[in-house]
Amino acid sequence: MSHPTVSPKLYFLVFATLLILTGVTVSVAYIDLGPLNTVVALTIAGCKTLLVILYFMHVRYSSRLTWVFAGVGFLWLAILMAFTMSDMRTRSWQPAPSGWTTASASWRADVPEP
Amino acid sequence: MSESHRALAHQFDDLEQQAEAATLGIWAFLITEILFFGGLFTGYAVYRTNYPQAFAEASHHLDILLGGINTVVLIGSSFTMALAVHAAQSGKRRALIAFLLATMLLGAIFLGIKVVEYSHKFVDHLVPGRTFTFPGAYAPQAQLFFSFYFAMTGMHAVHMIIGLAILSVLVGRAWRNRFSAIYFAPVEVTGLYWHFVDIVWIFLFPLLYLIGRH
Repeated sequence: MSHPTVSPKLYFLVFATLLILTGVTVSVAYIDLGPLNTVVALTIAGCKTLLVILYFMHVRYSSRLTWVFAGVGFLWLAILMAFTMSDMRTRSWQPAPSGWTTASASWRADVPEP
Repeated sequence: MSESHRALAHQFDDLEQQAEAATLGIWAFLITEILFFGGLFTGYAVYRTNYPQAFAEASHHLDILLGGINTVVLIGSSFTMALAVHAAQSGKRRALIAFLLATMLLGAIFLGIKVVEYSHKFVDHLVPGRTFTFPGAYAPQAQLFFSFYFAMTGMHAVHMIIGLAILSVLVGRAWRNRFSAIYFAPVEVTGLYWHFVDIVWIFLFPLLYLIGRH
């Protein structure tokens, strides 16, 4: 067919690496790295995703057009996230009006003042 | 492939071209899926950056052991799915059926563990709604976290259930010997879908279960 067969041995290697990375991501979560914890967790998840896409999903052995299709999904996701977050983080938020019935006294307490 | 295969649709020159079209088709679908889950992840990112403390505290109420086991189970199911595609490529019918059934079993175990987790949340009043109670300073924000938790893992579970339904159809077709070393595109395409659902969980696990653990 259009792509050469990936050997079961390679599948197993990818599977084992995914399990090791799962162990690493759980262990790292218990170490206090400050804001870097999220960065590390997302980096590991990204590496796992890359392994799954390249080997389990055969993209490494697929046509160039498949590469483009697989790539643009994540490109558009990056656009969605980047523009949403740049908007969210750069607005001058107004304090919530009083009368928010379910809010406790700590309403938005953890949001820094603009 | 000189003579026409019975699975070859008339608009394609040969099975190879048909398989390439099928691969591109499922990837086009997966792009919409990336953006569908991407919307949920973006919403999560917005509210987690707004309420980092509340999200970390709420995350402590998720069972890291059950979530971790489910991660291993799901990665295992991706492995058996990859082996199923390999068996189909090699024209091994019995191995194909065995690996498809193994994938379904692991998928069912994942959903079973998810049911246990969900029932714990109902018992602990952590399901968003009128009975939601949260022992901490950030109850409304924690409720938001659990809304994301149920929406994201719920949609993920729906995808798993659909995947199981497709897999059971594949088992039936493999049983009737419909696949061969030159025609196995449905197995390949289902594999791509299944691996995508695995990828969603690869992100859900650290983002929901593992925040603020130190």
